[in-house]
Amino acid sequence: MANQTIAQYPKGDRSVLIPLLQDIQDAFGYLPEDVLTEAAAHIGMPLSSIYGVATFYNQFRLTPLGKNIIRVCRGTACHVKNSANILFGLESALNLKPGQTSRDKNFTLEVVSCIGACSIAPVICINDDYYGRITVKEIDKILKKYQPTPAKATSVKSPEVTK
Amino acid sequence: MLSWTDQSLKVIPYKLIEGMIVAAYAIGANFGYIYCRAEYPLAISRLTHCIHECEKYGLLGDNILNSKFNFRLKIKKGAGAFVCGEETALIASIEGKRGMPKPRPPFPAVSGLWGKPTVINNVETLSNITSIISKGAEWFASVGTEKSKGTKVFALSGKIVNTGLVEIPMGITLEEVVFNIGGGIPFNKKFKAVQIGGPSGGCLPMSVIKTQVDYESLKDVGAMMGSGGFVVMDEDTCMVDIARFFLNFIQSESCGKCVPCREGTKRMLEIIERVPVAYKEGIDKYDQLQRFKGIIGLKRLADVIRDTSLCGLGQSAPNPVLSGLQYFKDEYEEHLFDRRCRSGVCKELLTFTIDTTLCSGCGLCKRKCGTEAIIGQKGEAHYVLQDKCIKCGMCLETCRFCAINVN
Repeated sequence: MANQTIAQYPKGDRSVLIPLLQDIQDAFGYLPEDVLTEAAAHIGMPLSSIYGVATFYNQFRLTPLGKNIIRVCRGTACHVKNSANILFGLESALNLKPGQTSRDKNFTLEVVSCIGACSIAPVICINDDYYGRITVKEIDKILKKYQPTPAKATSVKSPEVTK
Repeated sequence: MLSWTDQSLKVIPYKLIEGMIVAAYAIGANFGYIYCRAEYPLAISRLTHCIHECEKYGLLGDNILNSKFNFRLKIKKGAGAFVCGEETALIASIEGKRGMPKPRPPFPAVSGLWGKPTVINNVETLSNITSIISKGAEWFASVGTEKSKGTKVFALSGKIVNTGLVEIPMGITLEEVVFNIGGGIPFNKKFKAVQIGGPSGGCLPMSVIKTQVDYESLKDVGAMMGSGGFVVMDEDTCMVDIARFFLNFIQSESCGKCVPCREGTKRMLEIIERVPVAYKEGIDKYDQLQRFKGIIGLKRLADVIRDTSLCGLGQSAPNPVLSGLQYFKDEYEEHLFDRRCRSGVCKELLTFTIDTTLCSGCGLCKRKCGTEAIIGQKGEAHYVLQDKCIKCGMCLETCRFCAINVN
């Protein structure tokens, strides 16, 4: 998969670095070190410079993400509408700090500077679903949709049922 | 090329594409870039679609409409850096480098992308070209004031009834935008301020609400047109908190190339963070002195940052603080002297207590409390342990019986 992503781009062209990194991140969810090493050789750029670019932009991540990515908008409009409390509510509900991934790899909590949906502030975005005008009270209900469904408890009893 | 803060593009990308073709024909450019934030996937997909359509009909590509003029458009997705709105940083970002601004001159018009002459403009500017060419300059100039012509798109948001994008003629007053177009403040709250021009604009109070919306008048009262952000704040918004919020943002988005912006905004943030702190016994005399010293030096520090920063981000970074000090001095003084936040936003200055007569003992706040600062038996009134309370306000938000008192 890594080869395909990198091979789309012309060899030795340094200007494609940002789109290339975006594609790698789309494919893997983050920027794995070995893929970056390969990319560095392909476009003829030192790995250190790539690391410099990858850490400069907020979009790129060097660690794998959870299954569900929760992005909390902390733009001005959302801040005025109390998004700090929403963030705190999420932090305590998930026991995570922004940028962290839960131990079961189900949730990643992220803070973004503006999602571009200021008219429905405060906004959070889970994967590709937007939740606008939310309050702290709704957090639990929203998170429940993304909890992994627990292994069916009925499976233990099922032999009895079949008897 | 252009940077983009203009969401109206989601609706009318053809206007922009046509404007860019005309501009490219005028200067003889064969390649154009649209720089768009990756956080706006809808805009990117619509733009891509429109560019494909234009290519299909021969409006983009080689030999456009048999004019022997070639022009191609490419979308560049930004990777989440606020400073890339600055023209030289945007060019660095397209070249695949860290988005750091360069000193000017040379200006991009002389040496821009790949060292070639480059015209770089905002989406709104290029979108206006189409209507100016087709309807004439007089028509365009008939709207607006003497120096600021035409219309301007604002993104109304915050504590206002009608949120969303509005296009207004230059020269109408802020009052009209807030109370007529915006429909006023919801829940009968009092208007406090309007913040114009994105994170580096200024906060304007009621006293200057009769100001005309045009480039010069806004600059005179300490704000700027900027990106067209228009955030309305009501009495529940604390201006010290807003200053802290913007400095935090500028601090984290500063690219770190020049010292005034990198270090200066950090120091400003430290000064502002000292303002809303609660009274503690012991260390207080020194702390009090430092707080006053900080505020006294703040204005000078802001002036230095504004005068010596490399790019627009740093030069305008002190704006929210300066306009706050100018118009909301009494609020700063209240935080400093009385250690009180009238809007109840600066959590450190608040105390949370539970009204024992209203508390039903449901235990919801106890479960929600992140620091286990609430104790009590189920079915009986609960209490807040003040030394454990971190004043997050979660109990206030969750209580269904309005039993939490804040003062």
